[in-house]
Amino acid sequence: MSKNDVAILGAGMHPWGKWGRNFVEYGVTAIKEAMKDAGLEWKDVDFVVGGDTMRNGYPGYVAGATFAKAMGWTGIPIASCYAACATGAHAIEIARTRILSGMAEVVVVVGADTTPKGFLAPTRGERTLDPDWLRFRLLGATNPTYFGLYARRRMDLYGATEEDFARIKVKNSRHGFSNPNARYKKVFTEEEVLDSPLVADPLRLFEICATSDGGAALVLTSLDFARKRGVSNPVRVSAVSTVSPTFPNTTIDMPEFTTDSAAGIPAPDRSFKDSIAHAAYQEAGIGPEDLDLAEVYDLSSALELDWYENIGLCKPGEAEGLLRSGETAIGGRIPVNPSGGLGCFGEAVPAQAIAQVCELTWQLRGEAGERQVEGAKVGITANQGLFGHGSSVLCTR
Amino acid sequence: MSTRKNRVPAIEGWIKMDEDDPHLLGYLDATSGTYFFPKDVSISRAPGHADAELTEVELSNRGRLWSYTTNHYQPPEPYVAPDPFVPYTVAAVELTKERMIVLGQLADGVDPETIEVGQEMELVLGTLYEDEENEYIVWKWKPVAA
Repeated sequence: MSKNDVAILGAGMHPWGKWGRNFVEYGVTAIKEAMKDAGLEWKDVDFVVGGDTMRNGYPGYVAGATFAKAMGWTGIPIASCYAACATGAHAIEIARTRILSGMAEVVVVVGADTTPKGFLAPTRGERTLDPDWLRFRLLGATNPTYFGLYARRRMDLYGATEEDFARIKVKNSRHGFSNPNARYKKVFTEEEVLDSPLVADPLRLFEICATSDGGAALVLTSLDFARKRGVSNPVRVSAVSTVSPTFPNTTIDMPEFTTDSAAGIPAPDRSFKDSIAHAAYQEAGIGPEDLDLAEVYDLSSALELDWYENIGLCKPGEAEGLLRSGETAIGGRIPVNPSGGLGCFGEAVPAQAIAQVCELTWQLRGEAGERQVEGAKVGITANQGLFGHGSSVLCTR
Repeated sequence: MSTRKNRVPAIEGWIKMDEDDPHLLGYLDATSGTYFFPKDVSISRAPGHADAELTEVELSNRGRLWSYTTNHYQPPEPYVAPDPFVPYTVAAVELTKERMIVLGQLADGVDPETIEVGQEMELVLGTLYEDEENEYIVWKWKPVAA
């Protein structure tokens, strides 16, 4: 047990889908589910952190206030934060540090989104100083463009095949099939995946995550509070990593035109993506060899292979072998994305990193039903938000 | 034959518009030996070098292909897509001297089936889109003729 542990007393989600309703509804549903799961009431909450959404106007930019208001103002302090895809982990980190400092006992963390159809697009207008706008204008560099570049690089460097990328999708579709919160509940075959149209070659439509509506929430408390409530062995958040890159960052990350130049200052020993889970392992005093499961950000099927290496499940170049061995499927040595991952959910940006932790919570309690990883005691999440946001949450029980 | 349209850069200040010797224009922080592109802020992002003076430099117009991908779906605005939409390839090229990877579209007329990771590429000027009066020009990557 680490001195930085906080308890996860409640986890709740609104199912992912394309529901087309106000994002506030998804968040409130998730909060209510998490409160029920924790056996607590709204009046017990003394801090709220909302993960912001950029696609729902002003209420989305002040999500903490939006959800506190929707649940009924009680005068408690609130916070809102945004870190792109890493928003949820940053929200969890704000909650955790508040609890560890003794300034709060019961904190609700929530994120929800309503997304438009199709590609995620930049903010409108003539935004010639915004790299996110410029990459669409000058290059046509969509998010899948970057995923395609990474996937092609793996093929060239490590001999990854189109079949490997399809296998990831097939594995995750089997995992998510029974998940009541997943959007896509269909078991895919390799042939179906390989028959789907190319989007950013070598990646195909069924290998690139969609954008979804959804909401996820957690009730985090101090260990003392959990004990007082009679929960002696809660799932714990044992580490949170919200690291940023070290200059020069030599990976071509969204939404950049270039990497940093490593001509003057040498690149750090550990790449940005490698540093994300590493920081969580360091904090918790736990290593990848201790893991029972992992939830990683499969924005594309191929990206899951990168994560195997980035979170230390295998050495660079060995991810394809690890996948082919079957060890990352449920029943294997280290199941990855037992929830079904983004392949089954699609991305609801501010909710997604929270949803990853909801999955760890249910898995570590043994409540994950058909997708249960037997005897799971240690799990990690990993994700990266554009503009340099690392995100990893390590949970233990 | 109609008169040729004006060739104007699709963005001001990023490109040396010389058909025979095109370059991307970046910054050099000589105190850390670090290059920057684009020139979005005139501050060195090398840690501890925020006071360094930046000089505008022409970046190398040759490098090695790091990876590439072809987009088969029309991206959202502000990309200006032809009607009907035409798939296009984005290439990532690593500049040896600057030790940086630079994205750019693959030059018109180059078949992406014929390029390979690791091969030498050169920077050329190409049309991104056009209207009644102008062709809007960006940098593109083209394989160096063998």
